[in-house]
Amino acid sequence: MTDNDTRGSPYAPHTEAETATMLDAVGVDSEEALFDIPEAVRFTDELGIEPESERAVRRDIERTLSRNDDLTELLGRGHYDHYVPSLVDHLADRSEFLTSYTQYQPEVAQGFLQALFEYQSMLVEFTGLDVANCSMYDAATALGEAATLAQRVRSVSGDRVLVPAHLAAGRRAVLENYADGAGVTVEAYPMDDGAVDTDALEGSMGEDVAMVYAETPTVRGVIEESLSAVGDLAAAQDALFCLGSDPVALALLEEPASVGADVVIGDASTLGLGRSYGMGLGMFATHEDYLRQVPGRLVGAGEDESGRRAYTLTLQTREQHIRKERATSNICTNQAWVALRTAIHAAWLGPDGLVELAEDCVRYPQDLAARLDEIEGVQAPVHDRHHFREFLARTDQPATAVAADLRDRGYAVHDVGEHLLQVCVTERTTAAVDGLVDAVAEVAP
Amino acid sequence: MSDDPSESDPGDDGSGTLGYQQARWTDSDDRYEPLLSEKDTTEVAVGGDDSPLPDDLTRDSLELPALSEPELARHYTRLSQMNYGVESGPFPLGSCTMKYNPKFTEDVAALPDGAVHPDRPDDSVQGTLAVMAGLQDYLGRIGGMDAVTLQPPAGAAGEYAGILIAKAYHEANGEERTEVVVPDSAHGTNFASAALAGYDVVELPSAEDGRVDLDALEAAVGEDTAALMLTNPNTLGLFERDIEEIAEVVHDAGGLLYYDGANLNALLGRARPGDMGFDIMHYNVHKTFATPHGGGGPGAGPVGVKSDLAPYLPSPHVRERAGGSGYERYEPEHSVGKVHGFEGNWLVLIKAYAYIARLGDPGLADASAKAVLNANYLATQVDYEVPFGPFHHEFVASAGEQDAADVAKRMLDYGVHPPTTKWPEIVGEALMTEPTEVESKRTLDQLAAAFDAVAGEDDATLDAAPHETSARRIDQVAAARNPRLSWQALDDGS
Repeated sequence: MTDNDTRGSPYAPHTEAETATMLDAVGVDSEEALFDIPEAVRFTDELGIEPESERAVRRDIERTLSRNDDLTELLGRGHYDHYVPSLVDHLADRSEFLTSYTQYQPEVAQGFLQALFEYQSMLVEFTGLDVANCSMYDAATALGEAATLAQRVRSVSGDRVLVPAHLAAGRRAVLENYADGAGVTVEAYPMDDGAVDTDALEGSMGEDVAMVYAETPTVRGVIEESLSAVGDLAAAQDALFCLGSDPVALALLEEPASVGADVVIGDASTLGLGRSYGMGLGMFATHEDYLRQVPGRLVGAGEDESGRRAYTLTLQTREQHIRKERATSNICTNQAWVALRTAIHAAWLGPDGLVELAEDCVRYPQDLAARLDEIEGVQAPVHDRHHFREFLARTDQPATAVAADLRDRGYAVHDVGEHLLQVCVTERTTAAVDGLVDAVAEVAP
Repeated sequence: MSDDPSESDPGDDGSGTLGYQQARWTDSDDRYEPLLSEKDTTEVAVGGDDSPLPDDLTRDSLELPALSEPELARHYTRLSQMNYGVESGPFPLGSCTMKYNPKFTEDVAALPDGAVHPDRPDDSVQGTLAVMAGLQDYLGRIGGMDAVTLQPPAGAAGEYAGILIAKAYHEANGEERTEVVVPDSAHGTNFASAALAGYDVVELPSAEDGRVDLDALEAAVGEDTAALMLTNPNTLGLFERDIEEIAEVVHDAGGLLYYDGANLNALLGRARPGDMGFDIMHYNVHKTFATPHGGGGPGAGPVGVKSDLAPYLPSPHVRERAGGSGYERYEPEHSVGKVHGFEGNWLVLIKAYAYIARLGDPGLADASAKAVLNANYLATQVDYEVPFGPFHHEFVASAGEQDAADVAKRMLDYGVHPPTTKWPEIVGEALMTEPTEVESKRTLDQLAAAFDAVAGEDDATLDAAPHETSARRIDQVAAARNPRLSWQALDDGS
């Protein structure tokens, strides 16, 4: 025992007598004797972390987090807040789910495998594509993986990936890293009133384009109206068309397969997770043609000894633990538990509930933009388009000052440019809309 | 617990193995719990007069199950019963550190004050930033590193971020290094992460003692070497005794030394990668710091670096403001950019913070001591040969003439999760076993009894296993030959 070992781990069940018996069985007289660490690299100092009781840790963290201001968030831009039903927490927190791991032994992990198979199936319905994996980390890394897939697919050549000029900076930055490793460059194509400028995109196209990326809704909340044209432009050059969206939007908007999407990525945690400081769930779906190029884990149906249908991880020869540096991705630990939550939430809503939620995501921003537009010094929405959850508003006053004044009144909105605010509204924040409109009316003129 | 053998112990029935039958819900001879889609499928029309969008912007219909909450509660409860977790029983899955996940950390992660959007200004999220800065500080101390980013959302993402940092560092020094050296016994992610960053991977053969072969290392490392990725203790549980010489070889060639934190649970409070010459490391908080594995994730893979590499960390990074007036996010001077769209898996990170704060120095040191004791004790109790030692938190036994995969299937019948099998390849028919500190002597004895029961069984018995699990042996080869990856892809009646 070391000098500072006055209290052990509360999660190691050993009594002193058991420890002694076990040491005796091993044939050593102390735990220290089990460590084969050369003297020169032994750490003999203290880390300086004081142990605390469970009660004290909870109190300290509660106290620390209470330093976050109590703001009504009208924030989106890739991280959204939808109401998560209680059912999700209670079922997903069942310890057989929560404390399990990757299903290397499928016979004893049928429950999670089936839940993931159902999640994959839901994404197949949302996207119209044949294959969905059972998770990437988030939308940004899923986009990066899509670019590497485009670079690997033999029917596609080229080393340019085209992305919309309006793209979340974080998503673009992650893509740049993945693209760089794959020897691919990322270029932005211009927007026309918040949506794809198809003429400009056509001008940017060429045989050296490996992938064209578009989003609906865009980072500014604009619902794209020319997705089929984008799909056609990509197809004409044998480039992949990657579409970014999320399951709530896809419950209502054009089915990606119907507009020619080859890969669909996005944040599936718009269902099931809620606000979590940007944590997400990367959605990834594609054609059967690219099945063996799919990154991440796939659950398939098979049969067991008794002749019953059973589920298993499949096509694992794509993965790092077998294929090493030739794997389709380095991903191992993923977001499986979030996918479970997403599936439960989607199932709880059902098709009617999903469509209704998605339609509200069109109506709420439309109504709020109309009300803000009536305020002196505000024009909204900036883009004359249909919107989903969020929209841009132009302010006569500097946006930074307006956003700060709104914060003083308890509301957080995005400040995205000199005179541009972005406002997101979902069923979680509709009750705050009246107050927000009053506050904007006070600070904007 | 006393040592009195007369004390009631239901495990002491002679064999000492656990009795086990996993729940098995069946609904016909063809299937277990039906799919949601087999319970209901409802197609709803989308668009039309009441729609807020014109029809050309909407899909035509959406077809999904429409089930009531009680039906869903029963569905997922049954699925959970057909799943095995750490709280079900022993889970010695080598390299995965399947610890007990303290309940209170779930409550901490659920605190409403922590449920904020990442795009809020720094001033309005001081609590969140304080927790992040606190975790950065804890991890820095534990790893002996000067700066830590919390952004990577998993261990492999940490490896990737770390290799990007190495790449940026070399490029800033005007060097174009093209290779990353990885021992043959390393985790598959090491190879894949280096490749994702655009490097050629040089595989380093192990020495006969299962450790890094210094001669082979000298031969492999050179002016093209960007980094050596190493796990210590390695995947055999062995400490790389020559770590100082290894560091010297790599550093003399101008390369960087990367530490894969998968096995950090062996060393807490006793040795630190930063003191062994490592320049970059990642931490697997879902392993070492007891956050739940969630059926495959989410985890988190923070990366620690020495001070000269701190300017390359991903953006944003959290630091205390000058003058101590709270915390701020900033972009490090030569940042590699981003490896996650926002700032990582917050709900995982806060659990790790709570765990470390709860244990402190003595708890962390004891966790490692008990993890190493458990592995060593268990190894003495199993009949299978363990060819390499002295090992620490895990050992790799050999199933010998038996097929390790079949051994694993049969172990399931004894109420335990089997070890990782057939890897690392340096041990034939490997059974890579990591009991972690959370098992008591009694459960270790039950685990050993499971190993030994299987060791004494014939191949036919192993082939026929498992019997007591929800599903019987699954034909994975056939499943891969005919991929059916969604309920849409199932044939009618299957």
